[in-house]
Amino acid sequence: MTLYQLRNLQHRYGERTVLDLSALDIAHGEIIALVGPSGSGKSTLLRLLQFLETPTQGSLLFDGILSDHALPLEARRRVVTVFQHPALLDRSVFDNVAYGLRLRGVPYGPETIMAALGRVGLRDYARVRAKTLSGGEAQRVALARALVLNPIALLLDEPTANLDPYNVGLIEEIIRGHGTTTVVLVTHNTFQAKRLADRVGLLLSGKLIELLPADRFFNAPLDPRTRSFINGEMVY
Amino acid sequence: MEDLLRALTSSDLAEIVALTLRVTGIALIISTIIGAPLGALIGLSKFRGKSFVRALLYTGMGLPPVVVGLFVYLILSRSGPLGSLSWLFTPSAMIVAQIVIALPLTTGLTMTSVESVSPELKRQIAALGATRSQAAWTILREARIGVTAAIVAAFGGIISEVGAVMLVGGNIAGQTRVLTTAIVLNTRQGDFSLALALGLILLILTFIVNTALMKLQGR
Repeated sequence: MTLYQLRNLQHRYGERTVLDLSALDIAHGEIIALVGPSGSGKSTLLRLLQFLETPTQGSLLFDGILSDHALPLEARRRVVTVFQHPALLDRSVFDNVAYGLRLRGVPYGPETIMAALGRVGLRDYARVRAKTLSGGEAQRVALARALVLNPIALLLDEPTANLDPYNVGLIEEIIRGHGTTTVVLVTHNTFQAKRLADRVGLLLSGKLIELLPADRFFNAPLDPRTRSFINGEMVY
Repeated sequence: MEDLLRALTSSDLAEIVALTLRVTGIALIISTIIGAPLGALIGLSKFRGKSFVRALLYTGMGLPPVVVGLFVYLILSRSGPLGSLSWLFTPSAMIVAQIVIALPLTTGLTMTSVESVSPELKRQIAALGATRSQAAWTILREARIGVTAAIVAAFGGIISEVGAVMLVGGNIAGQTRVLTTAIVLNTRQGDFSLALALGLILLILTFIVNTALMKLQGR
């Protein structure tokens, strides 16, 4: 079952083409990692998958519905992004985690929020002001805020960049327990992609060089640029 | 001290303080009700001519109260476009003048405080599924310190101004006399002690209101 189907998709900022994908399918429930150097179009792709922007050209189907300005709000709300820098509201941790549910008008009890906080190891932080958290704690709150919405797709944009190994481990463990949620992970860290993803894709200059099952991507890539990237050689 | 006691026990004082608070309070409430949402709307929107609107607002923030008073006087005078209202030399005219002074402050400072909310947070709010109005409300709430500062600045601007209320109110005893115009009158009459005592009362009132606003701000 395909969740996202992208065809002949181009995205431009002015005259500059930042994304040029002939085809990309993302299945329900898989973890797909997108790797590539800075400026390769990874974050732009996530913004399109989150419907924050509409492709300049081509089609993006989400669960069979064409993603454009007419995409229903309910469909948009089934996707949530956690960005590299956790942007938390200046409220308590509890209120931050409950925020998405409030937007949706979903009734919830304290136990729902506490369970989400429990998943990220922050059950005791419910009443703490979010602005006082460390970077790792804030990112875990951002993750809890996304998970409590039980999204059909979770988009992660460098979720562990600048975090210490302890927090990286915790967050990766949470991602592994994604259940039926589709996860699209953008990362610079090829080791993390290897640890977590079912499939891994390499983006270079806005083009998807190849997208393979993780084993094949790392052990038998088809494109020499993939091999160069994995080996840490400059290919861009 | 004696003059302060004389001022405090004056029968007119309660009336002057009540009118000061009524005029300034109504003007502040109206300019906040209009200015905060308008400032948020301008701050969150991208449109042609936004720089011009910004320049107008910044100019409005620096409007000399006496000039505002002159324009409001001309508009409300018998031969002016709104002369039929017969508001000149009434508290209504003073409220209008103070709204004109306060509105650019509440609008402009709310606009800048909304604009200063981080783009990352705005993007995250959208990515969590907020509608445009939900996003606007959340951002306004995030910018509450700046919005409160806007209200405080507007309050400070209008409670302390004298030129506009003197021109359009006329400083009529028992009708349009407020603390600032009473201070001017007592100074002119050489009653400096009473003028100083009234000034002290004005400062105390401003302090109390600002403290209350800071409580609202959550600080």
